[in-house]
Amino acid sequence: MRLTCPLCGDRDRREFYYYGAEDYLHRPAEGAPLADLDNYLHLRDNPAGVTKDLWYHEAGCSQWLLVTRNTVTHEISGVELVAGRKA
Amino acid sequence: MPELIAKSALEGRSLNLGGVSLAEVDVGPITSVAVLPGGAKTVARGLKALGLAMPEPNTFVEKKGLRIVWTGREQAFLIGAESPVLEGAAVTDQSDGWAVLSLSGPAAADVLARLVPMDLRIVACPVGTALRSQLNHMNAVILRTGDYAFEIMVFRSMARTAWHELETATHMVAARAGVKI
Ligand SMILES: [Zn+2]
Repeated sequence: MRLTCPLCGDRDRREFYYYGAEDYLHRPAEGAPLADLDNYLHLRDNPAGVTKDLWYHEAGCSQWLLVTRNTVTHEISGVELVAGRKA
Repeated sequence: MPELIAKSALEGRSLNLGGVSLAEVDVGPITSVAVLPGGAKTVARGLKALGLAMPEPNTFVEKKGLRIVWTGREQAFLIGAESPVLEGAAVTDQSDGWAVLSLSGPAAADVLARLVPMDLRIVACPVGTALRSQLNHMNAVILRTGDYAFEIMVFRSMARTAWHELETATHMVAARAGVKI
């Protein structure tokens, strides 16, 4: 598996650290219902198909990346920087 | 205050084997320049006075013995002389935090290819390339300084491990070259 970091370019899997689902970018606002926090922290989909998750370019530019990939075909269809991204 | 004697991590160690030279090098002061939000313009002005600019990702530029190396988003290392104050940037002295090794000779890329998960052929990694990648398991900044020359920056605490890895790989490449098939 390889990821194309928007800054560093095409890199080997070993340079990256997997964090988890894109959900981590959508922290509920302060005072949100407990159910939302429960969802944010614990409830995950397990899609057969396109999914988005967070990877850290640990041995490269040290940026967090939002990766779009397909769990069935293993195709990587997008890698973008989390920093400077419009929410 | 008494004059303190700066000591390098490997006391200038060097090795020549199989047409490959490995040596610790003293690159002078190393300063991290991290551009603060909104600081790009003033930093650019400050660097321009030195004849330099923030480098493009994966590159370094050298002018009159002063080198500026891309080390991340909105970040670079200024190497070779004390950095002036650069308005709009967090400027920190990193000189004591790094060990720098030079690896040169016709087989230098073959040695490095055993440790670095990158295409190091000159077509893919031309002179002026600066890679943040790994030297085996160590984070490193790898500079392509010549057709047959690299400089490898590792955390100073990793200096002897980095030397060991490179020395071993150099022996293996030399041994491989000596095997007739
Ligand atoms: Zn990167």
